[in-house]
Amino acid sequence: MKRRTLLATGAGAAMAAALGLPARAQDKTKVGFIYVGPINDGGWTQHHHHSAMEMVHHFGDAVDFVYQENVPEGPDAERAITQMALGGADIIFTTSFGFMDPTINVAANFPDVKFEHATGYKQADNVSVYSARFYEGRAIQGTLAGRITKSNKVGYIASVPIPEVIRGINSAYLHAKKVNPDVEFKVIWIFEWLNPAKEADAAKALIEQGCDVVLQHTDSTAPHQAAKEAGGVYTFGQAADMAEYGPMPRISSIIDNWSPYYIERVQAVIDGTWGSVNTWDGIGAGMVGIGEISDAVPAEAKAEAEAMRDAIAAGTYHPFTGPINKQDGSAWLAEGEIANDGDLAGMFFFVEGIEGDIPS
Amino acid sequence: MLRLEKRPQPSKNWSYGAPLLAVVLTIILGMGLFAILGKDPVIAIKTIFWDPVFGQFAHFYRPEVVKKAAPLVLIAVGLSFGFRAGIWNIGAEGQYIIGAICGAGVALAVYPYDTRWVLFPLMIVAGALGGFLWAMIPALLRVFFKTNEILVSLMLVYVAEVLIKAFSIGLLRNPEGYGMPGSRNLRQYPAAANLDLISGTGFHWGALTAVFAVVVAYVMFTRHQFGFNVRLAGQSPRAAGFAGVNANKLIIVCLGLSGAMAGLAGLFEVAGPSGQILGSFPSYYGFTAIIVAFLGRLNPIGILLAGLLMALTYIGGQAAEAQLNLPSAAILTFQGMLLFCLLAVDVLTNYRFKIGKAEVR
Repeated sequence: MKRRTLLATGAGAAMAAALGLPARAQDKTKVGFIYVGPINDGGWTQHHHHSAMEMVHHFGDAVDFVYQENVPEGPDAERAITQMALGGADIIFTTSFGFMDPTINVAANFPDVKFEHATGYKQADNVSVYSARFYEGRAIQGTLAGRITKSNKVGYIASVPIPEVIRGINSAYLHAKKVNPDVEFKVIWIFEWLNPAKEADAAKALIEQGCDVVLQHTDSTAPHQAAKEAGGVYTFGQAADMAEYGPMPRISSIIDNWSPYYIERVQAVIDGTWGSVNTWDGIGAGMVGIGEISDAVPAEAKAEAEAMRDAIAAGTYHPFTGPINKQDGSAWLAEGEIANDGDLAGMFFFVEGIEGDIPS
Repeated sequence: MLRLEKRPQPSKNWSYGAPLLAVVLTIILGMGLFAILGKDPVIAIKTIFWDPVFGQFAHFYRPEVVKKAAPLVLIAVGLSFGFRAGIWNIGAEGQYIIGAICGAGVALAVYPYDTRWVLFPLMIVAGALGGFLWAMIPALLRVFFKTNEILVSLMLVYVAEVLIKAFSIGLLRNPEGYGMPGSRNLRQYPAAANLDLISGTGFHWGALTAVFAVVVAYVMFTRHQFGFNVRLAGQSPRAAGFAGVNANKLIIVCLGLSGAMAGLAGLFEVAGPSGQILGSFPSYYGFTAIIVAFLGRLNPIGILLAGLLMALTYIGGQAAEAQLNLPSAAILTFQGMLLFCLLAVDVLTNYRFKIGKAEVR
């Protein structure tokens, strides 16, 4: 029976291939995605693609889905986006910071096509920007790290020195410090978003320096593997839940979840209500997911972290609430003052207590 | 029994016919590849080779082909001098990157200085000089220490890649870029921008330079003593020595020339299509140009045609990826097959098939 089904499926696929795709109905909404990496990178691009597929699943036959992976940032990106627009896309999502200028340039030539650029800051009448407040998740990681470390040394594998990454380091440090005044952070920059070999090396170097918690802003699972081999080291999933490394070393994670946003924006195109917006959503809107905190974490610390997650989601707590000083000791936020989005978006300084410089 | 017999002389007909046969073979093999991937092979080939030039959106694709071909041709012509002389500069990619950094560096250092006729020529000189100096490292090491220029020039590509990353987040970072990596966009800096000479054609200063290089190289190879020396050194280093060709001088000139031309290509790219010093600026033009040089038989006119063909496979390949949802690896495989087929067919230039047993001599 099974065998027959398999054969039937195979025949069906072959027939579909022979006949080609059925002609497209005119009223379908064509949705395009431009990815910077391969769709199976295990991190950033995979989660955009996964969320896009959820969006496609949600709309079913109402949308036509096209994507292009491995698009290099630069002039090739401009051509890839133009191609998609020429191909009749109604809305195009460009999911890497480096696609910012190309998206703006192409959008100027296609006023009727809607564009959505992830993590950028340039908007236009037909270009929206969207990003996630990952620093909210970092506050929870920092709290857990501060509670769970025995050596009081927390390692941080940083990727590229941009505000997004610096915000994450600051947020994690502030919250680790809050629950454990003796904690110190060691930061290693690898200048890439995904490089398993370098990530593993960085993790090993941090562990050798005595870190028993390793945070990462890079996409692979290599640091988890290194931590597992070393034993007694805690890690957090990045972009993906990475639950296969739980309950130890992976004790929680930050999960990128773009699907609610993609569904909302495509719906707006279908309804004809699309307008240019600047979206920066966090845990509350579901864009930032916090992976299940594993049993390796003491119940008290887990409860504390979950309470913080709920407070951030409810909007009653902001991870950057004063008093906070900059690294050089100058005042940034006064007692009770909350950071504004402009400061956060362009954050290019460490907070007081973090050692080392931001590479530049 | 089928066997190969060495030709007494390389076949002239085959040396021109081989690239054409290789292209045809690649297309046939490629169709097989696309069919296995479940795509209509005829449509795939049409999307790659026909649509960008004659299709519905050709007005958009044609300039793109020109923009893509310009750096390939410019670099490949430069490389052809060394390759003919048996001097192997594999690191054009590095010279291309350093040329871009130097050329863009000049513009960014004086920003917002706005006298174009002073600034743009200065950038061109800086770009060429950057590439030249980067190529001088393997050249001088070879001349004075007999190091292998293949290895040294190749290794310097990785050094250049690290340098451009460092510059993009350090010295040349856009001070108004919200802390993101990358320099100011030179395309939005009118005095420094390398825009189309005739709007909408893709024919920018780099393309003009590439055409100029093709003409000059053609004259050099056919009419000039230097071209003769280069060929002689490649075919018979000993004979070249007797003819008074200074081998060390030839190494310096050939590497320097290819470096300067790769540097120029980098400058025109960073001031034009790319616009920015960015970690993702390197796009392997320096390596692809090696394929272009050989596909073009190290002949300037051949390189021009090969560069256009290679650019077409990029542009058309990307279109096929988007329109037919082909994986990007399939296009890379397709391009790889082109070189593979060329090397395979090239056997016919130096050998011929014979049926029967080998003669006893």
